[in-house]
Amino acid sequence: MITKDYIITSALGMHARPATQLVKLVKGFKSATSLKKGDKTVKLNSLLNILSLSIKGGETISVIMDGEDEVSAAVVIDDFFTKQLKEL
Amino acid sequence: MKGIGVSPGIAIGRAFVIKKNAPATNGIVLKNQVEIVAEIERFDISVINALAEIDAIKNSSQLLLNDDDIAILETQVELINDPQIREDVVAKIEAEKKTANDAMIEVTAGIVALFESMDDEYMRARSADFQDIGNRILKYINRTCDTNNRSFEPDTIVIADDLTPSDTITLDLNLVTGFATQAGSRTSHAAIIAKSKGLPAVVACGDELMTINHNDFIILDGLSGSVYVNPGEEIINRYSAKSDSFRQQSEVLKQVKDKPAITSDGKQVTLLANISSAGDLEMVHDNGGEGVGLFRTEMLFMDRDSFPDEEEQFEFYRKAVLQAKGKPVTIRTIDIGGDKHLSYFNLPAELNPFLGYRAIRISLDQEALFMVQLKAILRASAFGTVSIMFPMISNVKEIRDAKLILNKAKTELTEAGVPFSADVKVGIMVEIPSAAVTADILAKEVDFFSIGTNDLCQYTLAVDRMNEKITHLYDPFNPGVLRLILNVIEQGREHNIHVGMCGEMASDPLATLLLLGMGLEEFSMSAASIPAIKNIVINNTEAKAKQVCQQVMAMDSSENIITYLKEITQ
Repeated sequence: MITKDYIITSALGMHARPATQLVKLVKGFKSATSLKKGDKTVKLNSLLNILSLSIKGGETISVIMDGEDEVSAAVVIDDFFTKQLKEL
Repeated sequence: MKGIGVSPGIAIGRAFVIKKNAPATNGIVLKNQVEIVAEIERFDISVINALAEIDAIKNSSQLLLNDDDIAILETQVELINDPQIREDVVAKIEAEKKTANDAMIEVTAGIVALFESMDDEYMRARSADFQDIGNRILKYINRTCDTNNRSFEPDTIVIADDLTPSDTITLDLNLVTGFATQAGSRTSHAAIIAKSKGLPAVVACGDELMTINHNDFIILDGLSGSVYVNPGEEIINRYSAKSDSFRQQSEVLKQVKDKPAITSDGKQVTLLANISSAGDLEMVHDNGGEGVGLFRTEMLFMDRDSFPDEEEQFEFYRKAVLQAKGKPVTIRTIDIGGDKHLSYFNLPAELNPFLGYRAIRISLDQEALFMVQLKAILRASAFGTVSIMFPMISNVKEIRDAKLILNKAKTELTEAGVPFSADVKVGIMVEIPSAAVTADILAKEVDFFSIGTNDLCQYTLAVDRMNEKITHLYDPFNPGVLRLILNVIEQGREHNIHVGMCGEMASDPLATLLLLGMGLEEFSMSAASIPAIKNIVINNTEAKAKQVCQQVMAMDSSENIITYLKEITQ
């Protein structure tokens, strides 16, 4: 299991467009992925769940990956939160 | 069930329900595991269908989607496919034994409420997206289709909460034999279009109408306004016979089709048709119409993303002028505003849209747009007999201003060497009381008047014709309205310009003799009404009509007038 913390770098937060991208990314992996904000944890394969956390710019979230391809999933998700998100 | 019959005829067939409102919960409790599995499957299939619909939109070459559109559609795909939503819906079906419909409605409502309660404005706005997704899936769960996804079987009767003009215009008449709507009134555009197409229709049926299910057996009487749902054998037999006799009667009326509209003492009148596009002219010729008294141009402007350019407008008008086969065509310049809006032309909401920025007021304010339309109409005039008519004229200055712009259009065409007819007559709609009262002044400025009784009636009586609560006050036989009409006809005769009528009253058999007696010489109506009105003209005399007019104008109330007219028409 890999857990990583990220600060949301897009001003608008996790709005529909980046959240859609993120869901599409994690669907490519077999690992179970989840997203934690505060004391709430949701599965990352659901756009509804991500949006319902109402994640704003500047907030900190944790991503938890657990499964056979968790290492490669972590690389892709890391790229998403540190690079792609700023442009979305 | 009863509504207002707005287009005569009997339609017998199967219901096709068009629901635009969110479906309601049905409260059904599932009885066993088989039903539970079936409902889950129903949900899954609905999701697949909803996804296919989005796919079709994404791949549509006509829509020219940009990156933002694609991004929104991809978000929708993810939401429709959302495992959390499915999990919640399935849990409700399995644990609470609810139908897919009820489960989906409740899950959607929960999500919408959650997002509405968020402190972030952006997230609050997402509640509409979830409602939209819920509706998309629900549409397939209930197999009710919305307006842009229809496949009708033959003998379909469309049942809808309301139909927009473009909904009505796109109905395939080979398959649809009638429609009934929950809302609407005699003068709503759906009703007017139904009449012009000869399609039996009933409007204002009330909430009860939406209890009709897809594929229910329906009989609809477009004259009385009755709607029967899954009727017994006796009613079916009675209406089958009625339908036959209606058809026979139509045959009789068709026989008068090619006879001229002359009273037995030799007074000839002209019976014209109101049309919305070149396609309507077939019906006009079939019913013996002598031309077009009102060519509404709004349809060309509706259901699109920008104003049509001069070429496109020219083609639209020219097509109709050619289809008229030499018969005269009176083209009305654009009459938007009021209850007719264009998505690409921002008309701010008004408290009194019928008293607001509409028709000629927009045209005079937006001269460039007006020029394009006038040039296109003028160019079409080279192909037949064309007149131009300005709507919503309230004073003489508007006529002079409009004519000035028309002359500018002519000058530009002449300079560019583009041909147009030198003999294009110019007239106005008389539909505002001030215009009717000052008909003597306005007559000096134009070649003809056309009385628009729908608006004239609404403005004279201060009755909003879209307001269903006061439809009983909307009364063209009000003595005040009749006096205005008489004044317009008399002043027209005095000043030697011809006077026609293109409102609903021109097609009302009760009014025919009265109007004839007033001296009206031109009646323009939906093509389907022409034979019935001609039949009245042929079987009466001008002398009698004059007598009727004299009697009516001396009466003090529309109740008396209507009673009297009913007596003499029978």
